[in-house]
Amino acid sequence: MTHWIIAPVVLPAMLAPFIVLAARYHLRIQRTFSVVGVLALIAVAASLAWEVSDGDVILYQLSDWAAPFGIVLVGDRLSTLMVLLTAVLALFVLLYAIGSGWDGRGRHFHALFQFQLMGIMGAFLTGDLFNLFVFFEVLLIASYGLMIHGGGNDRLRAGVQYVLFNLIGSTLFLFALGSIYAETGTLNMADLAQRVAQVSPGETAGIRVAAVLLLLVFAIKAALVPLHFWLPSAYAEAPAPVAALFAIMTKVGAYAIIRVYTLIFPPDLEVTAGLHEVWLLPAALVSLALGMIGVLAARKLDRLIAFSIVGSMGMVMVAISLFTQQSIAASLYYMIHSTLAGAMLFLVADLVRTSRPDLVLAPRSPFAGTALTSALFFVGAIAMAGLPPLSGFLGKLLVLDAAFDTDAMGWIWTVVLLSSLVSILGFARAGSMVFWKSHGISPDPEAKPMPRPTALSYVAPGGLVALLIALTVFAGQVHGYAEDIAAQLFAPEPYVSTVLETPGKLSGPTKEDH
Amino acid sequence: MSLFFIVALPFFGALLPGLMNSAGRSACSGVTFVVSLAAFLGLLTNLPYVLAGEVVTAQVDWMPALGLNFTLMLDGLGFFFALLILGIGLLIIIYARGYLSRDDNMGEFFTYLLLFQGAMVGIVLSDNILLLLIFWELTSLSSFLLIGYWKHLPEGRQGARMALTVTGMGGLAMIAGMLILGQIVGSYDLSVILQNRDLIQADPLYVSALLLILLGCFTKSAQFPFHFWLPHAMAAPTPVSAYLHSATMVKAGIFLMARMWPVLSGTPEWVMIVTSAGLITMVLGAVIAIFKHDLKALLAFSTVSHLGLITMLLGTGTAFGAMAAVFHILNHATFKAALFMSAGIIDHEAHTRDIRRLGGLRKLMPVTFVIATLAALSMAGIPPLNGFLSKEMMLEEANHTVLFGIDWLVPALAVVGALFSAAYCFRLIFHVFFGPVRDDYPHKPHDPGKAMWLPPAILVVLVVLIGAAPFLAEPFVKLVTSSLLGSAGEVPDAHIKIWHGLVPALYMSIAAVVGGLLVIAAFKPLSRAWDAAPRPEAKVMFDAVVAAAAGLAQRLIQPSHDGSFTRSAAIGSAAIIVAGLHAWSTGTVEAATRAMQPAGPVAIAGWAMLVAATVALLFVHRNRFMALILIGIVGLMVSVGFVFFSAPDLAMTQFTVEVVTIILMLLALNFLPKRTPVESTTLRRVRDGVVAVAGGLATFGLSYHFLLRDTVAAPISEFHLANSYKGGGGTNVVNVILVDFRGFDTFGEIIVLGIAALLIYALTEALLDGPVRARLLNRTPDQPLAGDRHPMMMVVLTRVIMPIVLMVGFYIFLRGHNEPGGGFIAGLIVSIAVVMQYMASGFSWTSARLRYPYHGVIGAGVLVAGMTGIGSWFVGKPFLTSDYTYVRIPPFHEFELATAMFFDLGVFLAVVGAVMLSLESFSRLARRAHMPESDYPMDIDPSRHDPPPDGAPGAAKEGV
Repeated sequence: MTHWIIAPVVLPAMLAPFIVLAARYHLRIQRTFSVVGVLALIAVAASLAWEVSDGDVILYQLSDWAAPFGIVLVGDRLSTLMVLLTAVLALFVLLYAIGSGWDGRGRHFHALFQFQLMGIMGAFLTGDLFNLFVFFEVLLIASYGLMIHGGGNDRLRAGVQYVLFNLIGSTLFLFALGSIYAETGTLNMADLAQRVAQVSPGETAGIRVAAVLLLLVFAIKAALVPLHFWLPSAYAEAPAPVAALFAIMTKVGAYAIIRVYTLIFPPDLEVTAGLHEVWLLPAALVSLALGMIGVLAARKLDRLIAFSIVGSMGMVMVAISLFTQQSIAASLYYMIHSTLAGAMLFLVADLVRTSRPDLVLAPRSPFAGTALTSALFFVGAIAMAGLPPLSGFLGKLLVLDAAFDTDAMGWIWTVVLLSSLVSILGFARAGSMVFWKSHGISPDPEAKPMPRPTALSYVAPGGLVALLIALTVFAGQVHGYAEDIAAQLFAPEPYVSTVLETPGKLSGPTKEDH
Repeated sequence: MSLFFIVALPFFGALLPGLMNSAGRSACSGVTFVVSLAAFLGLLTNLPYVLAGEVVTAQVDWMPALGLNFTLMLDGLGFFFALLILGIGLLIIIYARGYLSRDDNMGEFFTYLLLFQGAMVGIVLSDNILLLLIFWELTSLSSFLLIGYWKHLPEGRQGARMALTVTGMGGLAMIAGMLILGQIVGSYDLSVILQNRDLIQADPLYVSALLLILLGCFTKSAQFPFHFWLPHAMAAPTPVSAYLHSATMVKAGIFLMARMWPVLSGTPEWVMIVTSAGLITMVLGAVIAIFKHDLKALLAFSTVSHLGLITMLLGTGTAFGAMAAVFHILNHATFKAALFMSAGIIDHEAHTRDIRRLGGLRKLMPVTFVIATLAALSMAGIPPLNGFLSKEMMLEEANHTVLFGIDWLVPALAVVGALFSAAYCFRLIFHVFFGPVRDDYPHKPHDPGKAMWLPPAILVVLVVLIGAAPFLAEPFVKLVTSSLLGSAGEVPDAHIKIWHGLVPALYMSIAAVVGGLLVIAAFKPLSRAWDAAPRPEAKVMFDAVVAAAAGLAQRLIQPSHDGSFTRSAAIGSAAIIVAGLHAWSTGTVEAATRAMQPAGPVAIAGWAMLVAATVALLFVHRNRFMALILIGIVGLMVSVGFVFFSAPDLAMTQFTVEVVTIILMLLALNFLPKRTPVESTTLRRVRDGVVAVAGGLATFGLSYHFLLRDTVAAPISEFHLANSYKGGGGTNVVNVILVDFRGFDTFGEIIVLGIAALLIYALTEALLDGPVRARLLNRTPDQPLAGDRHPMMMVVLTRVIMPIVLMVGFYIFLRGHNEPGGGFIAGLIVSIAVVMQYMASGFSWTSARLRYPYHGVIGAGVLVAGMTGIGSWFVGKPFLTSDYTYVRIPPFHEFELATAMFFDLGVFLAVVGAVMLSLESFSRLARRAHMPESDYPMDIDPSRHDPPPDGAPGAAKEGV
C-alpha cells in the first residue's frame, strides 16, 4: 500500500498546526518549514503525476473502508496534474511572499497558507462529493484568512463580501448534496456515476435540479457571470501573493465542473440532457466579454488584473461548455496558462505597488525598478491578452479550433476575438499609463522615497514567466497530455471500476452486502 | 545556414544589446550589427538553392494536434523579403548608432529592433500560417515598443497604442481567417494550401476567410480605411520609421497578399476589394502628403500612397501586375528608406522637420541634398531612376484594368495618384533644399557624420543602378515573381527597360510629372484651400472611439461592480433560482412513492415555534439583542428536531454549539450599536424579499419532492448502520461515522474550526493595529456598567462548578464511541467551563492563570488527530484506519480502547482551542486603556484585607 497519494493533503495539514504550535512567533522558522514543505509537495506531486501518466488510476481508501461507504482519494491524470500545478504555483507565491515581506504583515500567514494548500489539494484528489464540500470549506475559510492578512479597511470590507458570497455557495452546495443523496443514496462520485444512470426517465426532475445546483456551486467558485461579483474586489484587495495563489482557486471550480460533468453527468446522459447546454455557453461568453470589458474599464491596476481573471475563466468555461474531448483538452491547456499568467500579473502589480504610491491608473512620478517591472508586466499582459508568442495565444487557438463546426461557432469566435481586442486596448492603456507616462513627469522632491522591490521579489514572477515560456515551447507535449487527460475523462470505466471494485474493510467478496 | 538559425539569431541576439548596454554605445550597436550580419550571411548561403528554383525547408513539430508546427520555407518570394529586411536592417543599425543621442537607452532600442527583425524574418520564412500569425503579432508588439520608445512623448505613447490597436485588430481578424483557411484545406501548411486554389475558392467560407485575411493585411499595410495609424507611428525615432514603417513591417500585409496570391486572387471579390482599396489609398495618401508640413508626415503619407499602389497591382490579379508589384516593392524600399534617413538627418541637424522652417539646405548639406534629391526624383518617377520603371509598369497595368465596368476609372485614378506623388516629391526637393539659405533654423545645419549619411547613400546607389541598368535586376525580379505566382500563372515575357516606345504609359507618366510641377507651382493657394476645407481628422475620431469604448466599458462595469453585496447576492440568488426552475420544468415527475406521515402535536408545536421565531425575527431584527434571542430559539428547535428524528448526538452538539455561539455573539454585540440602522429603500427590501421568498419556496418544494420519494438504490447509511459495531467497534453510529467511516471529513472540519479561530485572532490583531483601535478605546458604553463586575457569588459558584463540568466533559468524551457524546461535544462543554471563569473573574485574572496558549491547543489538536491517522501507516493501513480492543484493568469493568479515541482527543483539543481563542480575541477588543483590570478574582473578598486600588472597577462598594 502506498500512501503517497494522500501526502499532498496530509503534509500541509500537519505542517500548519506544527507551525502554529511550535513556531508561531518565529517568522524565519515558519518560512523554512513552509518552503521545504512546498518543495516536498512538488516532488510528491511530480512523482504522482508521473505514476498515473500512463493512464493508471490510484485509489486510496481512507480508514480502509471501501467506496462508497468510506471516503476515497483518487489520483488520475487530471487530478495529479492539478495537484502539481498547485504545488508549483505555491512555491513561487511563497517565495514572493517571503521576498516582499508580505508574510510578516499579519499573523499566521504560513499556517493559513499551508491549510489553504491542503484544501486545494484535497479538492483535487477526493473522490467523494461530501468530502469535496469539506475541502471547499477548508479552502474557503483559509482563503478568507489569507485574504484579510495584513488588515486595512478596504481589504476587510472586500473580505466580508468574499466570504458571504461564498457562504451562499456553501449553502447551495449542501442543498445540492442533500438532493443528490436523497435521489441516489450515495455521495461517492464513481458510485454516483452508476446510480445516476439508474434514474428512471419518468422521474428526472429531482436529479436535474440537483445536477444544476451542483453546477452552480462550482460556477460560483469559477466566477461565472452572474455569480462572479465576489471576485473583482476580493482579488484586487487581497495581498498580492494571496491573489496570486487565488489564481488556482477559480480553477478548482473549473476542475470540479469537468470532473462531475464528465464522470457523474456526462454529456451523453439522457436524464440530464438539455440542462446546461442552454445557458452555460452563453454565460461563459458573457464572462469572457465582461471580464475583458472590465480590463478596459478598470481604474486601478489590481482591479484590472482581477477582471482579466474573470475573463480568462470565461474562456476556460467556453471551452468546457462545449464538452467535447477536444474542447476539454483545450480548456485544460488554457487553465494551466491562465493560472500562471494571472498569478504572475498579480505579483507584478505588487512590484509596482512597492515603489509607487498607489495602483491608480493615473500618471505618477517615476518609480524604482521600472525597467524590469515593466518588462514583466509586458510579458504578463501579452500572455493574458492572448497575444503571440506566449501560451495564451496557443490556448486561444485551441479553443477556437475546438469551436469550429459547432453551432455556436460564430458567437464563440466573435466574442473570443473581440474580447481579445478589448483586453489589448485595456492592457496597453494601463501599461502606458503606469510605466511610460511617468517618464514625462518630474519627480516630486518632497515625496518620501519609496522602497525598491527586493531581488527575491523578482524571482517569483520571473520564474512564472519561465514556466509560461516552457508551456509555450512544450505546448505540443502539454497539449498532448491534455488530450490524454480528456480521453481518460471521456472513458471513465477504469476510474469507476477501480473505485468501486477495490475491496476494503469488511467488504471482502463474501461479505459484500451492497 | 539552417532557416532556424536565420530566424532564431535575431531573437537570441536580442539579449546582447541589453547586456552590452553599459559597455558603450559602439559596443552595443556593434553586437547588434554582428547579429544581423550573421543572419544576413546565413540567408545568402541559401542563395544558390533559391536561384536554382528550389524551396529550402526546415521543420520541427510543435503542436501537431493543432496543426501548428515550426515549419519554415525559403523560396524566391521569401528570400526577396528576407533580403530586404536583413539588408536594410544592417544599414539602419549603422544609421541608428549615429542618430540616437546619449540620453537614449541604446540597449533597449536595439533589443526591440532585433526582436522586430526576428519576427519579420519569421513572417516571410513561415511555411505554417499559424506560425506566421505568431510572428505577425510579434511585429505589432515590437512596433508598439519601438513607437513608444520615447516614453516621455505623449505622441509616442498614443501612436504606439493606436498602431497596436489597429494592427492588433487586423491580426485578430486574421487569426479567424487563417483558421478557416486551414480548416477548408485540412492543413495549415502553406505548401499544401497553395496547391488547393480550386478547393478554397469553391468553399462557401472563402469570402469570409478572404475578408478576414484582407482585414489583417490592410491594417498592417495601412490601406484605406485603416491608413491613419501609420502617420502617427512617426513619433518613433527615425530609424524605426525608416525600417518598420516604410521598408519592412508595413510590407508584411503586402507580403501576405503576395504569398496568398496564388489561392486567393483572381476572384471578382478579390479584384474588387483589393484593387479599389489600393487605388483609394494611393490617391488619398498622395493628396494628403502634399499638404503635410512635417517632413516625416509627408513621407508617411507617401508611404501609404505607395503601399496602395502595390496593393492595387496585386489586386488586378494578372501576372504582369504581380511582377510590377514585386519590382515596386524593391524600388520603394530603396528610395523610401533613403528618404526617411535623410529626413532624420535633417531633423537631427536642423532640429526641426517642419518644411515651412526649412529651405536652402542645398548649400548647407550638399551630401544630404544629393541623396535626398535622387531618392525623391526616383519616387516622383523621373527617368532613369528605378521609381520611373515601376511606375511605368504600374500605369501600363492600370491601363488594362477595369473596375466596376468603367474603362477609364483605373487609369485616370492612377494618373491622379502619380501626379500628386510627383507633386509632393517636388515639394520635398524645392521647399527643403532650394530657396535662399535662412538664418532662423533652430540649429545651424550641416552634413552629418559618415554613420548617418552612408546608409542612405548606399541605398541611393542602388536606386540609380537599378534605374540605369534594369537588366541587372530583371532576372531577380522574375525569379521572385515566379515564386509568387506559383502554379497560378506564368511569368510574363515583358522586359524591364526604360524605353518601351511611345506607349500610353509614357504619356500618362509625362502628364503626371507635368501636372505635379503645376501643382507645386500653385502650392500656396492650394494649401490655403486645403487648410480651409473641412476634413475628418483620424486621430480625433480614433481617440473619440477609444474614449467612447472606455467610457461605455466603465458605465457597463462600474455601477454593477460597486461592491453592493445585497445586489450581487440578489442577482446571484435569482440566477440560481431561475436555473433550478429551468432544470425542474424540463424534467419529468412521477407519482410519489412514499405516503405522507401524520403530523403529531409535538411536531406541529415545534414547527409553529420555528415559524413564529422566524417571522418575529423579520419584524424585530433591528433590535439586535432580540434577534439573538430569536436565533437562539431557532437553534433550540433545530436541536429538538434532531431529538425528534432520533439523533441525540446531533442534538447535543447543536445544543452546545448554540450555547457557545450565543455567548460569542453576545460578546461581539457588546461592540456594536444595539439597533441595526435602516440602510435600504423600501423598493430594495421588496426586491430582496421577493428573491428570498422565491428561494424559500423553491427549497421547500425540492425538500417536499425528495421526502416523498425513495432513493434509486439503498443508501450507503444502511451499510454504516450494519457495520458500525462490527467494523468500527462502536454502537453509536453517528460517532463511528464521525471518527471512522468519514473521519477524514471530521479531520477537515476541525481544521476549518481551528482556522476560523486563528482567523478571528488575526482579525482582532489587525483591528487593534488599525484605526479601529482608537474608536474602541474611546468608546463610551451606551449602558451603565454593572457596579459589581465580578460578583462574589458568581465567582464562588463557577469555581465550584468547574471540576464538575470538567468531569462531565471527560465522561461525555469517553462514552462517545457507544453512547451519544464524543470529542466535539466534550470540547464544547469544557470550553463552557473555562468561559465561566472568564465571565466571573474577568479577562486578565483568568489569562494570567492560563498555562497553555490556545493557539498551541488548536495546533496540538490537529496534530494529534493527524498523527492518529498517520499511525495507521505503521501497520500498513490507510490514513485514519481505526482499530479497537477490549482491556480490563482491575478494579474496573472491561472496557473498550479504540484508536479512534486519539482522533477524538484531537477533535476535543481543536474545539477547546478554537472556542477559547475566539473568545479571547473578543475579550481583547473589550479591554480599554482607562479601565485597568482587577488583579483579583472578585471585587469584594472578605478574606482580603487591603482594599482594591482606587479607580479599579467596583472600587468602594460600601453598600455591599
